[in-house]
Amino acid sequence: MTARQKGLTYLVLGPFAIVLAFPFYFALVTMFKTNLDLSIATHSPYVYNDSNGHFHWDFWNYSTTEHVQFLFNGTEYPTWLENTLIVGGAVVAITLVLAMPAGYALARLAGAWGQSAGVAIFLVYLVPPTLLFLPLSRLVTQLHLKDSLWSLILVYPSFTVPFATWLLMGFFKTIPPELEEAALVDGASRLKALYRVVLPVSLPGILTVVIFAFALCVNEFIYAFTFISTSEHRTVSAGIPNELIRGDVFFWQALLAATLIPSIPLALLYNAFLDRFIKGFTGGAFR
Amino acid sequence: MEAEAAPRWQPGSRRWRRAFEDRRVLAPALIAPAVVFMVLVVGVPFGWAIYLSLTDAIGGSLSGHWVGFDNFTNVWADDNFRRALRNTLIFTFVSQALVVIGAAILSAFLVRDFRGRWLIRFLVILPWAAPVVLSTITWRWILDSLYSVTNWSLAKLHLDHALIWLLGVTHLETGAQLPLQWLGRPNLALIAITLVHAWRILPFAVVIFIAGRASIPTEVEDAAKIDGATGVKKLWYVDLPLQLPIALVAVLFGIVFTAGDFAVVYILTGGGPSNTTQVLPTWAFQVGIQSGSLGEGAAISLYLFPLLIVVTAAMLFFARRAQVT
Repeated sequence: MTARQKGLTYLVLGPFAIVLAFPFYFALVTMFKTNLDLSIATHSPYVYNDSNGHFHWDFWNYSTTEHVQFLFNGTEYPTWLENTLIVGGAVVAITLVLAMPAGYALARLAGAWGQSAGVAIFLVYLVPPTLLFLPLSRLVTQLHLKDSLWSLILVYPSFTVPFATWLLMGFFKTIPPELEEAALVDGASRLKALYRVVLPVSLPGILTVVIFAFALCVNEFIYAFTFISTSEHRTVSAGIPNELIRGDVFFWQALLAATLIPSIPLALLYNAFLDRFIKGFTGGAFR
Repeated sequence: MEAEAAPRWQPGSRRWRRAFEDRRVLAPALIAPAVVFMVLVVGVPFGWAIYLSLTDAIGGSLSGHWVGFDNFTNVWADDNFRRALRNTLIFTFVSQALVVIGAAILSAFLVRDFRGRWLIRFLVILPWAAPVVLSTITWRWILDSLYSVTNWSLAKLHLDHALIWLLGVTHLETGAQLPLQWLGRPNLALIAITLVHAWRILPFAVVIFIAGRASIPTEVEDAAKIDGATGVKKLWYVDLPLQLPIALVAVLFGIVFTAGDFAVVYILTGGGPSNTTQVLPTWAFQVGIQSGSLGEGAAISLYLFPLLIVVTAAMLFFARRAQVT
């Protein structure tokens, strides 16, 4: 690349990156702001200011961690994080049990109709929860699962299973069939070959599914919002907007800390597994 | 032969295992659990939603009296519903138009090799990785009525009055114009919601676009080079036709994710001010859960379905095309 091309690259990507990442920078700044600094509208919202609205380079002396401490000690935020982990973990386990055999069978055993069946299963992922939440919320009530984490553990696989089946189908297709054929010739059964040969090789793909299926669970809002009604059973997505926003009183610093904390590890994981995700996601449809 | 050599104490299980080696048995057996589960948690509720939409069911019950298509005609007669339908279409198509333009530009530059690429990619991916609800709360703070960073910056740049002139906003009650109520004025709130949707879908589209570029065989690049296709010519005759199918798939995904989204509107405006920013999912929630008219709520959410059918059919068509190229 010439210097001019390089310059153009930064010139185009720079502003895009700034706009896309801005809310996260802004949340990071706001979560450590003092009440005084936050409440004076003339103070620069981008940085920490002293009581006269001036910025100093030793900005840590003009910021505070009290709101983050309040979030962890004064609210049920830790419980919501824990609930999110429980629901996410259980849903991922159910998803793998259902989607791994299905994904493998569609990629390897089903032959010509495997591709069509795979697409059909993937289409289920595109049915938005907004079409289903009314009957499901009644159903959850009838099953006496209302306000229980079990309701979410039961319903979340409705979108993670089709999603994971599709991804796993893509991953299994990239594994050379000769590998298991060798095992079959050696006298192993299909299931044993699947367990002993295919599974270890596809571990990175499975890990990708784990991460993205978990992220889908953290993202989900409308089920978590309608099925769960008490604070101690909330997950982060429903707990933060419902319990930390009370009427017109916004604890903005604590609120923004609460939104930023789950986002950062997810973003790092997304980045680490992005290339694999692309491979699996498009592998099913695009060569 | 193997069967004869094997010990005889498990004849039943052996036959069972033999059958399991057969693809025609094994494939359905492995797929069945996932399919059965999906039928139970997606198929049944979906059928139920259709049934409910044809009854006068109210909150707390799972059935009602048959009323035919009354719910569909009743909700259609409501101005709020029509506005919700219109908003859903505006948010979906305007935001996706922005996403396509952004993704085409971003993906073209992100595939280049330059220093700091990892960091740029990390920053670009952020809106997709962060849970929607949580990042939308941050947007609500960015667009806050009193402490909005956008208003603060616009004022510092002396652009606030220009923007007011451009958008023609005033406060109906007081006649005042500043500070700009991003989420409190209907037209401003529509703009804000559209932009937040575009912001959160863009990284996903970029990722798909990059995958689409990678799937173009290198021979095509070489052939284009030999034939002397460069710059705009190459973009128009080589890159665009090859990328079009996968770009369309990305757009169709974006449409499904935006049209069915509940969180962005609910968190940013709650459908307000006075129901001017409702979309079908939030209006279905309002009518079906909060007002308890289960049947009408189901009918509202089902109005989304024709759009999804069209989009899905288009997606299948273009995905197949993409596979061929």
